[in-house]
Amino acid sequence: MSAAPTQQGRLATEFAKGVWKENPVFVQVLGMCPTLAVTNSVANAIAMGVATFFVLVGSSFLVSLLRKLIPREIRISTYIIIIATFVTLADSALEALVPAVHHELGAFIALIVVNCIILGRQEAFAAKNPPLLAIADAAGMGLGFCIALLCLGGTREILGSGSFLGVSLFGPHFEPWVIMILPPGGFFMLGTALMLFAWMKQRRAARDGALA
Amino acid sequence: MTPRDPHLLLQAAPFLRRGITTPRLMTEVVIGLGPVVLAACYYFGLSALLVLAATSAGAVAAEVALGSARPRGASIRDGSAILTGLVLGLTLPPGIPLWMACIGGLVAVGLGKLPFGGLGQNLFNPALIGRAFLQAAFPGALTSWTSQAGPSSFFHVHPSSLALPFMQAAPDALASATPLGMMKFEHHATAFSDLLLGNTSGSLGETCGLVILICGIVMAIRRVFDWRIPVCILLTVLAVSGAIWAFGQGRYPSPWFMLGSGGLLLGAIYMATDPVTSPMSPRGAWIFGAGVGVLVVLIRLWGGLPEGVMYAILLMNAATPLIDRVSQPRPLGRGRAVA
Repeated sequence: MSAAPTQQGRLATEFAKGVWKENPVFVQVLGMCPTLAVTNSVANAIAMGVATFFVLVGSSFLVSLLRKLIPREIRISTYIIIIATFVTLADSALEALVPAVHHELGAFIALIVVNCIILGRQEAFAAKNPPLLAIADAAGMGLGFCIALLCLGGTREILGSGSFLGVSLFGPHFEPWVIMILPPGGFFMLGTALMLFAWMKQRRAARDGALA
Repeated sequence: MTPRDPHLLLQAAPFLRRGITTPRLMTEVVIGLGPVVLAACYYFGLSALLVLAATSAGAVAAEVALGSARPRGASIRDGSAILTGLVLGLTLPPGIPLWMACIGGLVAVGLGKLPFGGLGQNLFNPALIGRAFLQAAFPGALTSWTSQAGPSSFFHVHPSSLALPFMQAAPDALASATPLGMMKFEHHATAFSDLLLGNTSGSLGETCGLVILICGIVMAIRRVFDWRIPVCILLTVLAVSGAIWAFGQGRYPSPWFMLGSGGLLLGAIYMATDPVTSPMSPRGAWIFGAGVGVLVVLIRLWGGLPEGVMYAILLMNAATPLIDRVSQPRPLGRGRAVA
């Protein structure tokens, strides 16, 4: 961080870190439950990602606004109530707009309340920073989560059903990899992605070491 | 085993070695697999060779691609990848599309071995991981057994083998049930002599029991593997299924059928004996073998699938660290072993 970062530069940094360097799924390995459970198709992944994005940005903004009013002792329960408010909004919106996807996601929408990415951002960032920064941070993390879900959901749907967003890619004779849309496929793809990230980190470390 | 002439031996114990290195052991097993591979070619023709080539290519490709990322470097020279590929190929049905076989090889090494840290670190038998993955991903292709072509039509390649990558195989007109499938779904037992001579349908390497047995005995005498494991597996299967057969009054298959059918001999001799994934001590070997035997019988008789050797071995692989803990030999002069 330079000595006097401009407001815009600070916003950009806070936004960018969640997308890649501190990606909530691939780097922080948070929010595993929805990551594994609802990434069996692209549509589910998008719905989950958008809902989480909305809840994350909304509650980060509100928590940041109220950060000086919330007593320290009951902050966690306050965060949960704020988060639950936005989850209820998202739940109703999804049910009205895309009932089929809402039915498929089932309890996982309600479970966004206990998604540790969201609670983590409130405690680690929103409660200590002004609203604009909190929104930038939440948007970055939310986008990173969406990208991660989309990567996993895309791979799993392409291999497991031969389609992307329900559009068939390989024609009627495609042989689906049944395992990919089952829970083990989620673990395999997540493991592969984490392996890839670890490998890239190693390479970067080796390169930095060679430079230094 | 000729001891070199040491003028001054500057090294720590152990001083007596059998001169067995990993590449040498792998070569021994590959040679031990030779007759089984030949039998597979005899019964299933060129398709067998193609499938084995595809699985080995997949396994070696994974080793080359991912092995270099490991801290200890690639272990391509010790031949373990090719061995994994061969063993995996022998467990697959003869008409499997080659692209699936290749993916099986990739998964076997890329998922079953390297993420654990490479050869010697893997918890599960890599070849069986590959097969379990294929079984879960492509259940249809893994359970359509094409019947034997026989030596007369050696160059006939199953049309399903040549399916384009990611595409379905054309249904094979010559499909037929394996002895275990016939037992499970039609209650028809195959004669023991047919099982021994390989005159049945099944996966590439499992049909000819006699060849596997002879290879196993030769390898056991050459001490390529611990003889206790296969002996204990086979004896347990005989004993447990014999008891069930005796009490079941014709409802259950005979113990000899259980012994000769399916992948039991192949699995007991070539997969359960993998030194990496089986217990180290003799006592552990007995426990391991008994566990595999009991599980095989349970899965075959009461499970959903006709065959259970793969899952039995994988489950006991998972139990191996525990078995190693409780079966640790007690050092001389020490009190009760700490379990």
